[in-house]
Amino acid sequence: MTDPTLTAAADEQRPPFWRTGAAGWVRTNLFNTWYNAVLTVLILWGAVAVIPPMMDWLILNAVWGDVGPDACREAGAGACWSFIHEKYRLILFGLYPFDEQWRPLVGLVVFIALLGVTMRRQLWGRPLALAWAVGAPAILILMYGGVFGLTYVPNTNWGGLPLTLGLSVVGLVVAFPLGILLALGRRSEMPIVRSLSVVYIELIRGVPLITILFMASVLFPLFLPSGVTIDKLLRAQVGMILFAAAYLAEVVRGGLQAIPKGQYEAADSLGLGYWRKMRLIILPQALRISIPPLVNTFIGFFKDTTLVIIIGLFDLLNSAKTALTDRAWAGFYIEAYLFCAIIYFIFCYSMSRYSQNLEAKLETGHKRRR
Amino acid sequence: MTIRMLIAAGAALAATGTVVPALAGESLDAVRERGSLICGVNTGLSGFSAPDSEGVWAGLDVDVCKAVAAAILGDGEAVEFIPSTAQQRFTMLQSGEIDVLSRNTTWTLTRDTALGLNFAGVTFYDGQGFMVPAELGVTSALELDGATVCVQPGTTTELNLADYFRANEMEFDAVVIESFEEVNAAYFAGRCDVYTTDASGLASVRATTAPNPADHVILPEIISKEPLGPVVRHGDDEFLDIVKWVVFALIEAEEKGITQANLDEMLESTDPAVQRLLGVTEGMGEALGLSESWAYDAIAAVGNYGEIFDRNVGPETALGLERGVNDLWTRGGLMYAMPAR
Repeated sequence: MTDPTLTAAADEQRPPFWRTGAAGWVRTNLFNTWYNAVLTVLILWGAVAVIPPMMDWLILNAVWGDVGPDACREAGAGACWSFIHEKYRLILFGLYPFDEQWRPLVGLVVFIALLGVTMRRQLWGRPLALAWAVGAPAILILMYGGVFGLTYVPNTNWGGLPLTLGLSVVGLVVAFPLGILLALGRRSEMPIVRSLSVVYIELIRGVPLITILFMASVLFPLFLPSGVTIDKLLRAQVGMILFAAAYLAEVVRGGLQAIPKGQYEAADSLGLGYWRKMRLIILPQALRISIPPLVNTFIGFFKDTTLVIIIGLFDLLNSAKTALTDRAWAGFYIEAYLFCAIIYFIFCYSMSRYSQNLEAKLETGHKRRR
Repeated sequence: MTIRMLIAAGAALAATGTVVPALAGESLDAVRERGSLICGVNTGLSGFSAPDSEGVWAGLDVDVCKAVAAAILGDGEAVEFIPSTAQQRFTMLQSGEIDVLSRNTTWTLTRDTALGLNFAGVTFYDGQGFMVPAELGVTSALELDGATVCVQPGTTTELNLADYFRANEMEFDAVVIESFEEVNAAYFAGRCDVYTTDASGLASVRATTAPNPADHVILPEIISKEPLGPVVRHGDDEFLDIVKWVVFALIEAEEKGITQANLDEMLESTDPAVQRLLGVTEGMGEALGLSESWAYDAIAAVGNYGEIFDRNVGPETALGLERGVNDLWTRGGLMYAMPAR
């Protein structure tokens, strides 16, 4: 006698193969409705049409290594990476003296390492502050030279990635506290402070960054007495700080306004003064909820540094454009811009990932999950 | 258009008296004290001033700076190059950030007067020209009635083009394209019959970008004057004299056949003009407030004008320009040095 349950199990049919495994996944995810099926086919067709030629151009037919421009001009040649090979030091370090370029390289590595360490909140504390206190002057000494047997390199010769990173990081580090003060000033009950903040923010936000850089580099020197000049890099840096501060102020103000009035009143009822109230109760919450727009502003500002091109500073993008002016290598602009794009992407994407990570860590429950 | 308005505002401000006149002799003393000449150059213009792969500046404008530095300090490498954009170059000169501006700058009346600048001579005569495909069979710009013309916007090029066609009662369609790369591509793709920009630019585009350079001809008409040369501040006559005479010395050296290579043999020359120029007969250097070897040092650093031209923009370079009007006056060009005596 057979066990009825066994026969029932044997009779039970397996689901058809197109509902399980890979085929099932494809069916439920890619071809579940007619329009999704059409979209899938279209996208597949697009990928087949675009990806192989792109790979051919980017890698298979590309010209690599230490060869002259003629190899890139041969029929059928793909991307000319030998252009980057020839020019990468000019692009990365601008006009910094060729034989001394190990200095900005070391500076860059130290700087990025310090930034990387600073990203880990559990490491915040006295040793890190000390590391910055030693590291920042060390980087400056490396860049300027003039001591310890290093030749002096004026900052008019700085360029490339160190300049881009320096302008943006120094700009943000100084502009951020300034922005917080401006945001507090704009929400202040003191009429003079408030109107000054409003006027400053609206004035700066009302003009493009390019205008401020122009003021700093073209108009400002004319107002100085003859023979007195202020460093071009410093002028640009100050202009960028003033600009970033106005934008950051508005972001922080958004955060301040999102804090319920009860929080302010609770702080008041604890007998906290204005600064302690802000520092202990309001700002920690306001800044936390402002992280996404803050990082948005940071990333925008990082890319805005490319505008220093109009005042003749050799940031990363301008160095690449200068590399392109070499007539012998004329016309390889796609390679140069791709190279820069990759570098900018790495930094912007890291910032973006870090901010998501920070948001998750600081999540206190009064915010919806994304 | 913000940029253009700002430039206009800046120029207006500069013109209405914010220019501070420098004291005579100030620049020379400053250069000597500093031990280097600060020279404003283009941020990157192949053949005139551009950094090479190692970031070393090279070009015709750069060599002029080196010659001036050599004449003053005896060392052609004692130059600090400050890259400047078209908008900021005059301010940098006026505010004293640079001693001399050698940045393919066209000599015009308003720049020479209202902007408070002095042009110290012409180191390159440029002018706007036309390039057409050879297969059109056009031999003169006057045959271009009804043509489609590729041009970059916002430059004097665009205005000169309109002026020229109006003056000759011809019609044209402009294909206006902002980017230099794209305007080149548009012309070579046949989107327009004619491409117009400075003649030096046309020649270099034809040499480097054209699939077959022989398929394109540059028409003989030059419709604008673009004399390019080094610029100094108003009011510093001594320094103006120095830069001016260094330029003359480079031209004179070519006329007299003095080159970087035969410089020392030329010291033995019996030609009184050569003796005066090279300081064998003394007096010229003293008159300029320089050492007697000023011209010798300048030529030793960069060679004569012809050598500078050939090295940076001449037929053997990527730019591949012919001497044309930039040849010596003795060979039918415009390069003419005042007598050094």
